[in-house]
Amino acid sequence: MECAIQFKNITKTFGQVVANKDVSMEVYHGEILSVLGENGSGKTTLMNMLAGIYYQDSGQIFVNGKAVEIRSPKDAFALGIGMVHQHFKLVDVFTAAENIALGLDKSEHFDLKKVKEQARAICDQYHFELDLDQKVYTMSVSQKQTLEIVKVLYRKVDILILDEPTAVLTPQETEKLFEVIRNMQKNGKAIIIITHKLQEVLSVSDRVAILRKGEYVGAVATKEASVQSLTEMMVGKKVDLNIERPEPKNRIKRLDVKNLTVINSDGIKVLDSVSFDAFEGEILGIAGVSGNGQKELLEAIAGLQAAEKGSSVQFFAPFKMYSVELLGKTPKEIREAGIHLSFVPEDRLGMGLVGSMDMTGNMMLKSYEKGKFFLLDRKSPKQLAEQVKDTLEVVTPGISTPVSRLSGGNVQKVLVGREIAESPIVLMTAYAVRGLDINTSYTIYHLLNEQKKKGVAVIYVGEDLDVLLELCDRILVLCGGRVTGLVDGRTTTKEEVGRLMTAAPMRGGDSDE
Amino acid sequence: MSVFVSWILRAVAFGTIIMYGAMGETITEKSGNLNLGVPGIMYLGGFAGFASAYYYEKNAASPSGVVCVIIALVCCILASMAGGLIFSFITITLRANQNVTGLALTTFGMGVANFFGVFILNGASYTAAPLANKAFSARLPFMTKNPAPVLEMFFGYGFLVYAAIVLSVVLHRVLNKTKVGLNLRAVGENPATADAAGINVTKYKYLATCIGAGISGIGGLYYVLDYNQGIWATTDQIEALGWLALALVIFTTWRPLNGIWGAYLFGVLYWLYQFLPTILGLHVPGYMTDLIQMIPYVVTIIVLIAVSLRKKRESQPPASLGVAYFREER
Repeated sequence: MECAIQFKNITKTFGQVVANKDVSMEVYHGEILSVLGENGSGKTTLMNMLAGIYYQDSGQIFVNGKAVEIRSPKDAFALGIGMVHQHFKLVDVFTAAENIALGLDKSEHFDLKKVKEQARAICDQYHFELDLDQKVYTMSVSQKQTLEIVKVLYRKVDILILDEPTAVLTPQETEKLFEVIRNMQKNGKAIIIITHKLQEVLSVSDRVAILRKGEYVGAVATKEASVQSLTEMMVGKKVDLNIERPEPKNRIKRLDVKNLTVINSDGIKVLDSVSFDAFEGEILGIAGVSGNGQKELLEAIAGLQAAEKGSSVQFFAPFKMYSVELLGKTPKEIREAGIHLSFVPEDRLGMGLVGSMDMTGNMMLKSYEKGKFFLLDRKSPKQLAEQVKDTLEVVTPGISTPVSRLSGGNVQKVLVGREIAESPIVLMTAYAVRGLDINTSYTIYHLLNEQKKKGVAVIYVGEDLDVLLELCDRILVLCGGRVTGLVDGRTTTKEEVGRLMTAAPMRGGDSDE
Repeated sequence: MSVFVSWILRAVAFGTIIMYGAMGETITEKSGNLNLGVPGIMYLGGFAGFASAYYYEKNAASPSGVVCVIIALVCCILASMAGGLIFSFITITLRANQNVTGLALTTFGMGVANFFGVFILNGASYTAAPLANKAFSARLPFMTKNPAPVLEMFFGYGFLVYAAIVLSVVLHRVLNKTKVGLNLRAVGENPATADAAGINVTKYKYLATCIGAGISGIGGLYYVLDYNQGIWATTDQIEALGWLALALVIFTTWRPLNGIWGAYLFGVLYWLYQFLPTILGLHVPGYMTDLIQMIPYVVTIIVLIAVSLRKKRESQPPASLGVAYFREER
């Protein structure tokens, strides 16, 4: 096979962070190459250099055997390299066709009709369904991705890079995407997929290149690889892929949710008389298609979402005979009532942490009221930050680096670390491992189990059914804002949970979020 | 009837000043740059235009109106674009905060104009450039001395009034029907996307901001040499007009075509205090004037509220307005 791309001794740094160090690897025509690595291992950075978003500090890139300078995305297109970014590069208020026409060569006459015709031809060739006159902001995630791929194909690329293409797709959509990729491969294109989903790596790619901490570890043929061997290369050590599930001890009720009903600002009933209990020393899983009330449920308990009349959330503090009503209290009032309730929200850098602040500052968000007089106490948050960094192995240049500079997994470690440090009675997590690689995910599972053993009532909202079935003691299934089942995690099956997840008629509209 | 005609005449002339300011700012904002230096730029443009015409008139042996217009326009546009260039360099290349830079530019433009104005005024409270005023306010050839009121309402203005309308239409076409317009809008909406599509974001931002400033500056020129009868005086009047131009950009929801009627509407509202009471036969005490002149701003706020309530994405400001773009930012 012919060599499409060759990286030679590529190094790239951002300030003090070394994103890629002396990387040398090849990509061949007509192959599907998976680039695998943990978060922060430099996969995306390396590919961004190929796409002209970044420029290497040192080293050389060869395309079809020739040394090239890729200074901008324009140069990349000229060399036949196109990239579909993880965070879609689309203009929301433009139509699909306008997005495709964006930045096309000046010499071409601007003719939206012609653009549409050609785009439609591409759609027909690869069996894409795409309305070229639809505005992007009305599209679902998978439609946006289709548009991104059409956009790249329109520029007649030979080398296609896909950054985490399946992160937001349903299993069916993923399978469809893979079919398209295989079709493109048949046409002789080189395809690079950045991912950390091992099952997908094994099912779609020919070869796997592995990066670890910015360095190239090696490449293996997919036939000769297994989940276990790839994980080891990726992480650099043996990883136990089993999730433990200790039996819950003395089940004492900590949370009693009754008839929780929430109507959102659009007037839609997002939660409809949800009732359940949470006990100490157990992990209660919450399953459901994303956008079926999980977010509102946790936010209502945490005091961030108003509930309708008749709803009640009772909190049972340890060693106390009475319970406390949480609804109607603000997060501050809940904290001041001495209730140790921790919440790891879905939107880590939006609701959980302040991206532009450092670790110390983020730790302080929970303790800013402490300290003498009006002066802040910076000492104990700083100690806590150091402690979180050491115990959870947060990869960062230092605790004074803004958290937004950290990779997704490390951001989550900072957040979970802070919430656990509160020694919570109830710990709620929403999509705690979303976007995280295997190693970090298992670290998080392990942390949750530790909390469970300490007697914390853990509520785990998840999307990966395999994990829910392995981790949780009980699983509450939500559909359309209603509880459609409460099953035992040890005895239930994936099929049963899957059936419950679609048991009630779905709400239209925002279900694709 | 004659009061009404005078009202319209005043309103259209007034609207033209802010229409130029708003058109320039719309182009700038479409590239994602929020230039709050519009008042300063209008000062720069107005003063440069006036000064060049003034000195030409004073020093040329037999000054001609056409040459005077050309000199004034060229100097005005160059000076305004220089203001835009300063803003571009500071906010695009150096990535400084756009709001602060814009406000500083306003102060800077006013300062420059008033400082150099001192040398022209030479101790007097005002100076005039009569030839330039005559050339800029010259009516169309078929207009007689005392035209019919309706005719006057439509054709009783200097050429810059009609140029503004033409320019609005041209800008509308460029923004919505050409590749350059598409790319420019993309830069203002999502520079990272534009960049990934191979568009030179820096170039677009620079050009849009400088050209926008050039257009805004003409508003200042029109104010001095036509609206204000060719008189330069040390007043803060242009500054108020600059802010009104910024309000008009919001009022038009970033559409140049809306700028045409929006500007005239602002003019009508601004001059309401003088003409409406006369028409209605009311007596309005003098202290009410400022209150009534506030109406355009109130209307702008109402439009803002209405637009945000309607939640229509197309009527929102460019998504990246006011944000500096840096490709390697993580």
